[in-house]
Amino acid sequence: MKNIQLPVDEATIRSLQAGDEVRISGIMVTGRDAAHKYMSNHKPAWLKKLLAGSLIYHCGPVLLKEHGKWRITAAGPTTSIREEPYQGEVIKKFGLRGVIGKGGMGAKTLAALHEHGAVYFHAVGGAATLIAQCIEEVIDVHMLDEFGAPEAFWVIRVKDFPAVVTMDTHGTSLHDAVQARSTKKSEPLFRKVVL
Amino acid sequence: MEHDIKALEQGVLELIRRTATDLPKDVEDALKAARNREKIASPAFGALSTILENVAMARKRSTPICQDTGTNVYHIWYGPNWWPPHIEAAIRKATKTASKKGYLRLNVVDSISGSNTGNNLGLRNPQIHFHPWNKKSLQIKLLLKGGGSENVSTQYSLPNATLGAGRDLDGIRRSVLDAVLKAQGKGCAPGVIGIGIGGDRGSSYDEAKMQLLRPLGDRSTLPQLAKLEETLYQELNSLGIGPMGFGGKTTVLGVLAGYAHRIPACFFVSVAYNCWASRRRTLLFSNERVTSIA
Repeated sequence: MKNIQLPVDEATIRSLQAGDEVRISGIMVTGRDAAHKYMSNHKPAWLKKLLAGSLIYHCGPVLLKEHGKWRITAAGPTTSIREEPYQGEVIKKFGLRGVIGKGGMGAKTLAALHEHGAVYFHAVGGAATLIAQCIEEVIDVHMLDEFGAPEAFWVIRVKDFPAVVTMDTHGTSLHDAVQARSTKKSEPLFRKVVL
Repeated sequence: MEHDIKALEQGVLELIRRTATDLPKDVEDALKAARNREKIASPAFGALSTILENVAMARKRSTPICQDTGTNVYHIWYGPNWWPPHIEAAIRKATKTASKKGYLRLNVVDSISGSNTGNNLGLRNPQIHFHPWNKKSLQIKLLLKGGGSENVSTQYSLPNATLGAGRDLDGIRRSVLDAVLKAQGKGCAPGVIGIGIGGDRGSSYDEAKMQLLRPLGDRSTLPQLAKLEETLYQELNSLGIGPMGFGGKTTVLGVLAGYAHRIPACFFVSVAYNCWASRRRTLLFSNERVTSIA
């Protein structure tokens, strides 16, 4: 188990390998479909300041507003591949050191991770309550009216957020490896007639 | 015809809360068994441990197991003493309240304008299927079907030359193998696989999704389908995709198949992939009160 403290430097990120289990602490920002489309077209200074050296978390949380303060009650990862058209460019543009999501991403992102020194952290899909418990504080929100709650940029402080590195800076994708291995294992099952 | 609709509405609200926050025991037991099969300190073991910790926490805190509280699919069995629009009205009211209480995420979006309706109500949402039966009691089954797994659900039209899949049981087996291979971990594995055979495209998908209401280890009363279920359960778990697609011994928690008649020109196989957070509950209502939520 490795502990990652945000903001994180490039050398630490480049030392990570696909398959490493990590616990992440510090300030990060959520962003999903509307956010990625926005980030590919705009580069506001406030966002650059938040994201440089940090992570974007593919997540659309469930929130409650209590006594004028936001509280996140469920915050599991959403499917990352939808951001594939934007992710590489967004990493470069905002100086991200990685993304957190689920399901993995494609070749374009894998190349960008290598080039710009970032990794893909896989959170446990569906572990929404547990991850919400890792959120110590909702610090701020941006574009809430424009995007709606699940799509807005939520600035959060997390402690010991559990994840696995599945795409690293060395060009290794655990997703590609498992895909290749499972396809190979399926070959005999397609050769025979069982039923 | 006079029913205590307020009591029904309260019952449905509790049904939604239980379904969103309290994973059925058979699913939790299957996840525990899966964790015990994995090597300690492997990513698969870690993922299943996190899942189980999350399940216990969600139950205790009454918060959603997964933030994607999904398409809300209701199947309702009602007798001649009920008028369906009354039941639907109670469900819509309970849905609004459940959204305010945070049991459901604001999850229903206008497909044309892109705006969120803000209360989980919309065209065909919640999705309600009515089935008449000859009993006085009312049975309501709720499935919260997440979107990540819905996106990897798929349909085949047989024959399929690429898969060597003919219009027979082995062709069905090959179709499901292909679907799970393509899904990898993206549907939040280990998943539950519902299979719908025959019908037209719509009823085939419907049949597949209805299988997700059955308990995990259930076997079809039709011997051929029971064999299909068992064979696929073994084969899919031999692929090594594992929890979240991290690699591992458990890729599916259950395989459940059903069928409908078809017309000669068509042979559809539908695969309804459900995530590990297989959220289904059943409410029974009789004598103007909730008699059970299981």
